[in-house]
Amino acid sequence: MESVSHQTHYFVPQPSRWPVVGALALFCLGLGAALAVNGVGFGKVSLGVGFAILFYMLFGWFGDVIRESLKGEYHGKEDTSFRWGMGWFIFSEVMFFAAFFGALFYVRTISVPELGNFEHKLLYPDFAAAWPLSTGPGITQPYQAMAAWGLPAINTLILLSSGATLTWAHWGLIQGKRASLTIGLGATVLLGVLFLSLQAYEYRHAMHELNLTLASGAYGMTFYMLTGFHGMHVLLGAIILAVVWLRVMRGHFNPEHHFAFEAAAWYWHFVDVVWLLLFTLVYWL
Amino acid sequence: MAISTTAGHAPHAHGKPTGLWRWLAATNHKDIGSMYLWFSFTMFLSGGVMALCIRAELFQPGLQFFQPELFNQLTTLHGLVMVFGAIMPAFTGLANWLLPLMIGAPDMAFARMNNWSFWLLPPAAALLLISFFVPGGAAAAGWTLYAPLATQMGMGMDLTIFAIHILGVSSIMGSINIIVTILNLRAPGMTMMKMPMFAWASLITAYLIIAVMPVLAGVVTMVLTDRHFGTHFFNAAGGGDPVMYQHIFWFFGHPEVYIMALPAFGIVSHIIPTFSRKPLFGYTSMVYATSSIAVLSFMVWAHHMFTTGMPATAQLFFMYATMLIAVPTGVKVFNWIGTMWQGSMSFETPMLFAVGFVCLFTIGGLSGVTLSVAAVDIQLQDTYYVVAHFHYVLVAGALFSLFAAIYYWFPKMTGKMYSEPLGKFHFWWSMIWFNVTFFPMHFLGLAGMPRRIPDYALQFTDFNRIASIGAFCFGLGQLIFLYNMLRSIRHGQAAPHKPWEGAETLEWQIPTPAPYHSFVEAPHVEAGDNGVIHSMTGGAHH
Ligand code: HEM
Ligand SMILES: [Cu+2]
Repeated sequence: MESVSHQTHYFVPQPSRWPVVGALALFCLGLGAALAVNGVGFGKVSLGVGFAILFYMLFGWFGDVIRESLKGEYHGKEDTSFRWGMGWFIFSEVMFFAAFFGALFYVRTISVPELGNFEHKLLYPDFAAAWPLSTGPGITQPYQAMAAWGLPAINTLILLSSGATLTWAHWGLIQGKRASLTIGLGATVLLGVLFLSLQAYEYRHAMHELNLTLASGAYGMTFYMLTGFHGMHVLLGAIILAVVWLRVMRGHFNPEHHFAFEAAAWYWHFVDVVWLLLFTLVYWL
Repeated sequence: MAISTTAGHAPHAHGKPTGLWRWLAATNHKDIGSMYLWFSFTMFLSGGVMALCIRAELFQPGLQFFQPELFNQLTTLHGLVMVFGAIMPAFTGLANWLLPLMIGAPDMAFARMNNWSFWLLPPAAALLLISFFVPGGAAAAGWTLYAPLATQMGMGMDLTIFAIHILGVSSIMGSINIIVTILNLRAPGMTMMKMPMFAWASLITAYLIIAVMPVLAGVVTMVLTDRHFGTHFFNAAGGGDPVMYQHIFWFFGHPEVYIMALPAFGIVSHIIPTFSRKPLFGYTSMVYATSSIAVLSFMVWAHHMFTTGMPATAQLFFMYATMLIAVPTGVKVFNWIGTMWQGSMSFETPMLFAVGFVCLFTIGGLSGVTLSVAAVDIQLQDTYYVVAHFHYVLVAGALFSLFAAIYYWFPKMTGKMYSEPLGKFHFWWSMIWFNVTFFPMHFLGLAGMPRRIPDYALQFTDFNRIASIGAFCFGLGQLIFLYNMLRSIRHGQAAPHKPWEGAETLEWQIPTPAPYHSFVEAPHVEAGDNGVIHSMTGGAHH
C-alpha cells in the first residue's frame, strides 16, 4: 500500500448508470411491499421486478468496483475511504439492532411486569407476568419457549468456530498460504450455511411443536424479530464471503491488497457479536 | 506517489457530460448537490401547499374545505415532507456542494454512492405523495406516526413506512459519504481543528444521522409487523406498550431536531464572520459546543413524553438534561454576537438572513426551555405553543439559514450575482410574515388550542385569522426567491472572483464559478481557525 500522506490524487469514478438503476429497484420494492402486505396482486409482481433490477444493479456495480480495483485505481487513500465507509456502515447496523434490543429490554423490564402489577389486576385479573411464557394478557394460545442449551448452543459454537476459520483464512492470505486461505474461507461459508439450516430447523420446531409464532406476544415477537434479522444478516454475510471465495479462486487478492476480504470479515465478526448478545439475552437469561 | 501512476487514466476524466445523462449518471459532487437543492425546493413548495391548505381550513371555525380525515393527512404529510424532503436533503445538498471545496477534496469520497443517495429521494417522495390516492388516503397519524394510530389506518401508512425506509437508506449513505470525505480527504494543512464550522457541523450531523436513522427504520418496521404480521410491540394484549413506540421514536426524534439545526449553526458561523469582517469568535468553543449538543441530544428524548405517566424522577432527569442543552446553545449565540461585536458589519441578504436566524432561533430556543419544564409542558403539550416553538426553530432556524446559505454561495455556484434588492425584499417579507404567522400561535397555545385539529372554539378565531393571512403572504414571498434564483442564473451579473470582502475560507480561493472539477490535485494550505486560509499552493482544476 502506498503512503497515504503523499497521495495527492484521488480516484473519482466516471458517470455510472447503477445508482439510478438501484433507485428504480428500491422504488419497485417499496411500492411492491406496500401493496403486497395489503394483498394487492400487483404488489408481488412489483416486488419481483424490484428484486430482479436490484440484482442486476448489484452485479453491475460490484463488477465495476472489482474491475477498477484490479486495474489498480485504488491506492492508499481510496483504501482508507473504504475502511471508514465499512466501519460506519456497520455502526448503522448496530443501531438498527439496538432498536430491537431496546424493545426487548422494554418489554422485559417495563411493560410485561407492569401489566401484571396490582394496578392492572382490575383489567387483567388472570394475568401473571412471567418471562418467557405468558407474555401478554391477551395471549390465550399456550406456547413453549425455546431452550438455550439445545440447538441454539450448538449454533453458538458453529458461529464462533466460523469466526476462527475466517481468521485462519486471513492469516493464510497474509502469509501467502493458499491452502489455508481457500479451505478456511470455504469452511466459513459452509459453517454459515450450516448455521442457517439449523436455524430453519429450529424455526420449524418452534412453530410446529412449541406453537411459538410471531404472534405469541412479547416473547414470540422479540424472539423472531431479533433472530430473524440476525439470520438475514448471516445469509448476507455468507453470500458476501462466498463471492470473496470466488474472487480468491480467481486470484484477485494479494497479501497487501485485499480489503474486500477484510470488509467481509468485519461484517462476519459483527454478525457473530450480535449472535452472542442474542444468545445471552434472548435464549439464555 | 500517485501523481505519476494515476496520470494514466486522467484524460477520460475531463469531459463534462451533457444532457439528461449528466444528471441521471452524475458522479460530480456539484451536479449532485444541485439536484439535492432543487429537489429540496420542490418538496418545500409541496409541503408549503399542504401547510396553506391547513391554514385555509383554520381561517375560521367550522369545517370549510377538508374533512377531518384529509386534514390529518395534510398535517402528517406536511411534517414528513418538510422534515425528510425539504430540510434534510437541502443540508445534504449544501454539504455536497461545499465540503469538497472547503476542505480541498476532488469530490465526495464515494462519488457513485453519492448519486444513489440522491436518486433514492424522488422514489421515496413519490411513495409519500402516491399515498394520498390509495384507498384510505395518506398516513394521518401525525409526522410522529404514533402507535396505535399508526398500527391502524390503510395502505397509505405502509407506503409511508417504506418511504421512510428508503429515505433512511439515502440519508445513511449520504452521511457515510460526508464523514469519510471529511475524515479522509482533507487537503494537507487542513487539520480537524482548523476546519470550517460548516464542515464540523456536517460531520457531527452525519454522525447523528447514522446513529438514529436505523432506529427509526427499526421502529417503523415494528409498526409494519404489528400491522400485518401479528406482533404486539405496541399492543398491551401481547405484552407490548404504545408508549414504547414513543420512547424508540423520540430516541430518533430528538437527535433529528439537531440534525436539522446543527448544519444551520455551521452556516451562520461562516456568514456572520464574513459580513462582520472579523474571525469567528471562540472557534474552539463552537466545536466543543456542537459536539456536546450532539452527545446531550441522545439523553433528552423523553421531554416529548412528559404527559405519558412517567415517574417523577424520570421527568426531573429529562427536564434538567434538556435545560442543560441550552448551555452549549447559549455559547453559540454568545459567540455569534461576540463575532459581530465591534465588527465592521454590512447587511447583504445572506447576513440579513443570518442575523434574522440568530434572533428568531433564540426565541425558538427560549420557548423550548419553557417547554422543558415538566410542570409547564403538561399544560402546553400538543397545543399550538408547540407548533409555534418548532416553527421558530425550523422555519426561522433551519429554513432561514438555508436561504442565507443559498444567497451566500450563489455566486460561487453559478458565477452570477443574485438581485440584491429582491433578496433584501425576500428577507424582510419573510421576516415580517413569518412572525405574523407564528407569533400568535404562542398565544393560541397558551390559551389552550390543541394542535392537529381542523376546527376550534370561537374564541381562537382572531389569532387564527392573523396566522392564516400571514401564512399565505409568507408562502407568496417564496415565489420571489424562486424568481430571483431563476432570473439570476440566466441573466444575473457576472460575479466577481470574491464577491464578499470578508470571505476567507478555501472555496473563495478558487475561480468563480467553481470549476467543474476542482482540486483534482490536493492543494497545500496554511489555515487558521474556522478554515480561514492564509496561503494555498497547488490544487489543479479543470
Ligand atoms: C411555509 C411555512 C409553514 C407554514 C405556514 C406551516 C404551518 C404549519 C401548520 C399550520 C401545521 C399544523 C399544526 C397542527 O395542526 O398541529 C404545521 C405542522 C408542522 N410543520 Fe409546518 N409550516 C411551515 C413550514 C414548515 C417547515 C419548513 C418545517 C420544517 C421541518 C415544518 C415542520 C412542521 C412539522 C414537523 C409539523 C408537525 C406535523 C404534525 O403535527 O405531525 N413546517 N405547520
Ligand atoms: Cu426533543
